[in-house]
Amino acid sequence: MTTTQPGLNEVLQRTFSFPKKHFLSATDLNEVEVANLLDLADGFVSLNRQTSKKLDLLKGRTLMNLFFENSTRTQSSFELAGKRLGADVVNMSPRSSAMSKGETLIDTAVTLNAMQPDLLVIRHASSGAASLLSQKVSCSVINAGDGQHEHPTQALLDALSMRRAFGRIAGLKVAICGDVAHSRVARSNIALLQMLGAEVRLVGPPTLIPPQAERWNVAICHDMREGIAGCDVVMMLRLQLERMDGVMAPSQREYFRFFGLDREKLAFAAPHVRVMHPGPMNRGVEIDSDVADDLSVSLIQDQVEMGVAARMAVLTSLAARLDNDR
Amino acid sequence: MTSLSGNGRPAAFTNVRLVDPASGYDGPGGIIVTKGVIADVVKGADFGSLSPDIDLIDGKGALLLPGLVDIRVKTGEPGTETKETLKSAALAAAAGGVTSIVLQPDTDPVIDEPSVVDFILRRARDIELVKVHVAGAATKGAHGQRMAEIGLMAEAGCLYISDADRPIVDSKVLRRVLAYAKAFGVLVAHRPADPWLSAGAAASEGEFASRMGLPGVPAIAEKIMLERDLALVELTGARLLVDQLTTADAIESFRRGRERGLPVTATTSINHLSFNEIDIGDYRTFCKVDPPLRSEDDRQAVIEAVASGLIQIVVSAHAPAPAEDKRLPYDEAAPGAIGLQTLLPALLTFHHEGRIPLIDLIRTVTCAPADLLGLPQGRLAKGAPADLVLCDLNAPLLIDADKLISKSKNSPFDGRRLQGKVLRTVVDGRTVFGA
Repeated sequence: MTTTQPGLNEVLQRTFSFPKKHFLSATDLNEVEVANLLDLADGFVSLNRQTSKKLDLLKGRTLMNLFFENSTRTQSSFELAGKRLGADVVNMSPRSSAMSKGETLIDTAVTLNAMQPDLLVIRHASSGAASLLSQKVSCSVINAGDGQHEHPTQALLDALSMRRAFGRIAGLKVAICGDVAHSRVARSNIALLQMLGAEVRLVGPPTLIPPQAERWNVAICHDMREGIAGCDVVMMLRLQLERMDGVMAPSQREYFRFFGLDREKLAFAAPHVRVMHPGPMNRGVEIDSDVADDLSVSLIQDQVEMGVAARMAVLTSLAARLDNDR
Repeated sequence: MTSLSGNGRPAAFTNVRLVDPASGYDGPGGIIVTKGVIADVVKGADFGSLSPDIDLIDGKGALLLPGLVDIRVKTGEPGTETKETLKSAALAAAAGGVTSIVLQPDTDPVIDEPSVVDFILRRARDIELVKVHVAGAATKGAHGQRMAEIGLMAEAGCLYISDADRPIVDSKVLRRVLAYAKAFGVLVAHRPADPWLSAGAAASEGEFASRMGLPGVPAIAEKIMLERDLALVELTGARLLVDQLTTADAIESFRRGRERGLPVTATTSINHLSFNEIDIGDYRTFCKVDPPLRSEDDRQAVIEAVASGLIQIVVSAHAPAPAEDKRLPYDEAAPGAIGLQTLLPALLTFHHEGRIPLIDLIRTVTCAPADLLGLPQGRLAKGAPADLVLCDLNAPLLIDADKLISKSKNSPFDGRRLQGKVLRTVVDGRTVFGA
C-alpha cells in the first residue's frame, strides 16, 4: 500500500547497508555512514511533512523504549519514529516497574530481551549503560543518552539541522557553549562534527569544561564573546539549575551575565549565525527568549523536527541489518 | 594437609634456584626442612652427602622462593561471605604462592576491638592453610572519629592499624592515632586520598575519563593528603605505612619525606603496576579499583619507584566483589580486584621485561613486608618457618578469571598472558598447594 506514497521511492533509494548492530556512540561511525544516514534522514524529513506519514519499513518489528531518566522529547521522538516506520512501540518506565524493586539494569535487560524486541532504545543516568546493555542482549541497542558520555542520535539530528541550514558541515565554525563537562550532547557532537570537518570550540567557565579537553583538538574559551566570535553555529547546552547557586557557577544571574546567550553577545558571531539548543531550555539562564524564539536565527524547532527523521534513519538502517541476520 | 614427606621425616628441596632477598642470594642450592622449620640452606650446587633419613624433592631447576607475604587482603568474612570466605581466600592464596596474608579491618563488623581480632585469628587457625594475620581499624567503625582500642588489639595479635580504604579526614584524629600508636609500637597505615577531591569519582581525572563521561579524581588528591600525613609524621615521630602510592607527584613527595629521614614506608598495588586508565576500555568494571587506575606516566613512575626501592612493598590489594556488584554501570559498580592468585606471575612480568631484577621484585613481597611487621617468615634462613614457593619462572599462563579459586571472579588480569607458574606452596613444612 505504501508504494503509492510520493517520496517513498526516493527514501527507499537512500537506504544503505549499515554494518553495525548497535548505535552506541558517535565515535563508532565513519564519514560514509554518517553521510548515508543524513541523506536517508533528509528523505524522511520530506516524508514527515506529508499528510500520510506511515510506512511499513519496520512492519512486524518491536521497538522498546527503556528510559531510566525522564525525557518527554527524546522518548516521544523515538516513539514517533518507530510508529511512522510501522514498528510496534512499547514504552517502559522503569521507575514504576521492577527496577524500583532492586532489579539490576542487566536483569531488566535480560528480561526484556526474552520478549524478543528487535530494537531497544535506552536512556540511563550512568555513562556506559548502553554499552553494558548491548553486551547482554541479542537485539540492536540504541543509545538515547548514557550519563555524561554520549547521545549519538542528538549529534546526528544536530548535524542534519546544520547541513540543511548551511548546505554543508565541513568548514563550519561551531561554538559549543555552557555545561560541556556534564553534557553527553557535547561529547557526541564534538566527535561527529570533527569527523565531518567542522571547527569546534568549547566555551564556558573552567568549572564546566571537561578536564584535559584541550587534547580533543578543540579551542577552549572562557570568554563568551571571544568564543563565539565569527562562529557560524552557536550551540547552547542546558545547565542544570542545581549546578549553579555556588556549585559550578556562583549564581544564575552571574551565569547569565557572562555565559548566557543574548543579542549583545550573539552580535560577535558571524552575521548569518544560527543558534541551536538540545532542549529543554532554561530561558533567561543559558539563553535569552528573545534569541531562542527568533526564527531567523534559531534552529531549535528545526532540531526537534530533525530528531524524528534522524531517528527514523537510524532505526531503518539497524533494522536492515537485522534482515541480513535472519 | 600433608607434611612434605608425609611421615614427619625431614625433607629436602634439591636442584632448585634459590632466590632469597633477605640474604641477597640468587643461585643454585637446596633447603632442608625439619618440623616445619628451615633446618639448613645449602647454597651452591654441591649438597655433599645427605642423611638417608631425609626425603628428597627434586626441584628440577625451578625457583624456590620464600612464601609471599601479602599485607593488604580483604575477604568477606565476617559479614559478606558471598564475596569471599577466609577459606576461599586462603585457598586462592595457597594457589598463588602467598603464604601469609594480612586482612583489612573493614569487614562487617569492623575489626575495631580485640574480640573480633581474636575471632578471625581462631577461624583462620581452624582452616590450617596459609598464615592469616589481621590489621585492626585505627578508629571505631573506621569512621575516622574516635580511636579504636589500639593497644588491646595489638595485644590480641593485630599487626598494624588502618582504616583501610577510608582516609582519616580529621587531622587531629590522625595526629592522636599516630601519637598513641607510637607509644604502643604499633604501625599505622593510612590511605593518602583527599576525600573532597575524591568524592563521587569513578576514575582518574584526565582526557580518558572526560571522553568516557566518568567523574574523575585528579591525581593530585593523593599528594595533597600524603603531604599532610608526612607533616603529621614529622610532628609525632610515629611510623607510617603509606597505603598504596599510585601517582608520580605523590611518589616525589614521598621521596622527599624519606630524604628528610621520616620513618615512612610505602606500598603500591600490583594493579597500579600492571594497568593504566586506558585498560578500563569500554567500561570494564573489573578494572575499577580504589584508588583508580592512573595515567601511563603515573604507572611508569610507580614501576620506577619499585625498581629503585623507594616503594618497598607490593600488595595484591585483593578485594573480592561478586558479579552482582560488578555487572553494573561503571559508576555504580563496586571497586576492587582480586589478586592473591595472580600476584606472583604478574610481578614476574617486570623480570621478564627486564625492568626489575628478580631478587628485587621478590623482596617487595617477602622480607620487605615481613621485616616491616616484625614477622620471622619471608626468608630462606636457618630457623625461619618453612614457608616456601616452588615456581616455574618461565611457564606461560593464560589467566581465565572464571577458573580462579576466589569466590568472586573480578580479576582485571582476565585474558592476560603471564609467565610464572606456582608448582607447590608450603606453609610451616606442610604442602598447601600442588604436588
